Amino acid sequence: MTDATQTAFPAQTPRAEAARDAQGRRDRMLLLIVALLALAAPILLNPFPTASALAQFNAGYPDLMQRFAIYGILAIGFNILFGLTGYLSFGHAAFLGVGSYSAVWMFKLLSMNVIPAILLATVIGGLFALVIGFVSLRRSGIYFSILTLAFAQMCYNLAYSVLTPISNGETGLQLSLSDPRVLDGPSSGSLPVTSLFGAEMREAATITLGGWSWTFSVGYYVCAALLLLAFWLSIRIFRSPFGLMLRAVKSNQNRMAYTGLSARPYTLAAFVISGMYAGLAGGLLASMDPLAGADRMQWTASGEVVLMTILGGAGTLLGPVLGAGVIKYFENIFSKINDAILHQWVAVLPDGLEDAVVAVIHPFVGKGWHLTLGLIFMAVVIFLPGGLVEGARRAGAVVRRRDRNAPSVESDAAARRAAAE
Amino acid sequence: MDAFLLQILNGLDKGSAYALIALGLTLIFGTLGVVNFAHGALFMIGAFCAVTLQRLLTLSYETVDPERTDFLGNPMTVETPYVEAWFGPATGGALVDWAVPLAIVLAIPVMMLVGFVMERGLIQHFYKRPHADQILVTFGLAIVLQEIVKAVYGANPIPTPAPSALRGSMDVGALVGMEAYAVVYPIWRLVYFVFAALVIGGVFAFLRFTTFGMVVRAGMADRETVGLLGIDIDKRFTLMFGLAAAVAGLAGVMYTPILSPNYHMGMDFLVLSFVVVVVGGMGSLPGAVLAGFLLGILQSFASMNEVKSLIPGIDQIIIYLVAIVILLTRPRGLMGRRGVMEE
Repeated sequence: MTDATQTAFPAQTPRAEAARDAQGRRDRMLLLIVALLALAAPILLNPFPTASALAQFNAGYPDLMQRFAIYGILAIGFNILFGLTGYLSFGHAAFLGVGSYSAVWMFKLLSMNVIPAILLATVIGGLFALVIGFVSLRRSGIYFSILTLAFAQMCYNLAYSVLTPISNGETGLQLSLSDPRVLDGPSSGSLPVTSLFGAEMREAATITLGGWSWTFSVGYYVCAALLLLAFWLSIRIFRSPFGLMLRAVKSNQNRMAYTGLSARPYTLAAFVISGMYAGLAGGLLASMDPLAGADRMQWTASGEVVLMTILGGAGTLLGPVLGAGVIKYFENIFSKINDAILHQWVAVLPDGLEDAVVAVIHPFVGKGWHLTLGLIFMAVVIFLPGGLVEGARRAGAVVRRRDRNAPSVESDAAARRAAAE
Repeated sequence: MDAFLLQILNGLDKGSAYALIALGLTLIFGTLGVVNFAHGALFMIGAFCAVTLQRLLTLSYETVDPERTDFLGNPMTVETPYVEAWFGPATGGALVDWAVPLAIVLAIPVMMLVGFVMERGLIQHFYKRPHADQILVTFGLAIVLQEIVKAVYGANPIPTPAPSALRGSMDVGALVGMEAYAVVYPIWRLVYFVFAALVIGGVFAFLRFTTFGMVVRAGMADRETVGLLGIDIDKRFTLMFGLAAAVAGLAGVMYTPILSPNYHMGMDFLVLSFVVVVVGGMGSLPGAVLAGFLLGILQSFASMNEVKSLIPGIDQIIIYLVAIVILLTRPRGLMGRRGVMEE
């Protein structure tokens, strides 16, 4: 918090300026590290050789990596609203959904190029957020949560029923051969695929090296580039005077009002920004797989974003991305562990014990991964309100204290001696 | 006129469920100041109490009946529930048939216990934390509870029929002097409404006419003063949490013949119940009940064909629309007290 105070206003003292520089350097480092991780993700997420028994824990396939990046964007956007202002929205899935729908419509009407689709998705997400936010932000706390929830449920119900001409109801909106696609011209033979100026999203190069096999796909790198852009923007927002105002909204709205500042424009701006992030994420989902269904707008999807952000650490830069990664990993990898695999793992145990162990673990893995997720989430909320990032920080502090134990005791003693004198 | 009556009746059973869940939510919010997102899960657990009892009562053993044969001429195996063997076919059969209403007896202690454990084990540590934290932890708990139920009972809805005597439909129109078969309505839904009215009446009477209820109401109004008078209000509030859990559970038990219980039914009802609570006014018990029935009836009117052709899609959004209008124009809800959670 103090760091932010120093950076947000023009530095008057050399010390403050130095602090700001240090912060800027740290942020650049963070961005660089995230960029490198994103770039190398296809390699890093495939640590096990394809033939090994552990290969099922590899997360380096394009579909999942795209999800990591897309839901990372969604969670970063949610965090700008919830992490900074403390407004808990339970309706973000609505923006994700309309983003998907508008992207698919763009594919149907204009072109299979993803750029217009993503742009329209972002803009539409922002517009929806403007309308919903304008109304919902008149209330705060639990009422705000319920208002956003009500709006999202309305969108969901309407998409399922009367808006079927736009949303194609339960089937979901899909491409078809008869779509006009003004720029591309009518398609012949097979359904066209989404692309970026000719580079198809599904295009991928696979490199095999020893037992390992890595897939580098165009779609993933498009998502990763946008994730980096989103991440960079969120750093800028966190460090800006605007970000400071959002924190002020969270810590004390009354005091803000007494200083002569209205919180509404700031919260509305934050809501619209986070709605645009969600729209972008929705557009990307549709770009990777040109299909949009109403279930993307259901309130459980909103709950998922909340889970991601809290799990990773609300109000931190890296937390939401981390949380999104953990949850998507659980959903796709952890859920695949079935009884046969469990039996394989504990095969060393005697038979009766083996069955017992498998029976105990069984409810927590495979189809029951939600149970594990719920338990972890509860534990985080109860014991670690700062999320995984806070946990890592605490662990780091413990390690550092152990390292520096000896010198710090000495300096402590020195300080005490100085005070005594 | 008959269409009008039918829509009101249609709204009553859903409205009863909303009212019961909202009543429990409000009890918890009014006494403990906790926003309980796991309340829908309590409703669901109640429903599964009925499923459990039904399964217990139909536990059977197999015997080979030499006198009856299947089409291949082999003797058939007959399943006899243990209760029929113990109490005779008549009493035992009746027990199996009446499993759902009987589950009330099972549900009350179970739900009270669940409520106590929840409050003492988890919720009490969250009194001093912000509402957002309470929402999050109870949301997590709701996920855990529904996943446990899913692990035990599977993901498919489990049909739990009403007692055969109460299964069919009744000519309600004839009762109020209309021509025969103008308004025909399932009996069980009427039973549900009467049951809900009894439970609601019971809760209100308990709070109104007993010393215990008086203390609780005093505590809701001013917790600190009651504490200063030397009354252990925490203990009473814990009991109220148990009571609220029992109310939600009973609502679930009796709802099973209307909707076959599945593990996510709680979440489905929770969202609407929150809307109901907000419309009625946070912390107002009569408000919750009134809003529950009102929204239930409003929804059933909105799904009339005449209304739907006038405003397409209105049946899907009416409740949320009402909630938004109420929240924006009268944030304390229909019957909320001034100053309680207005902002």
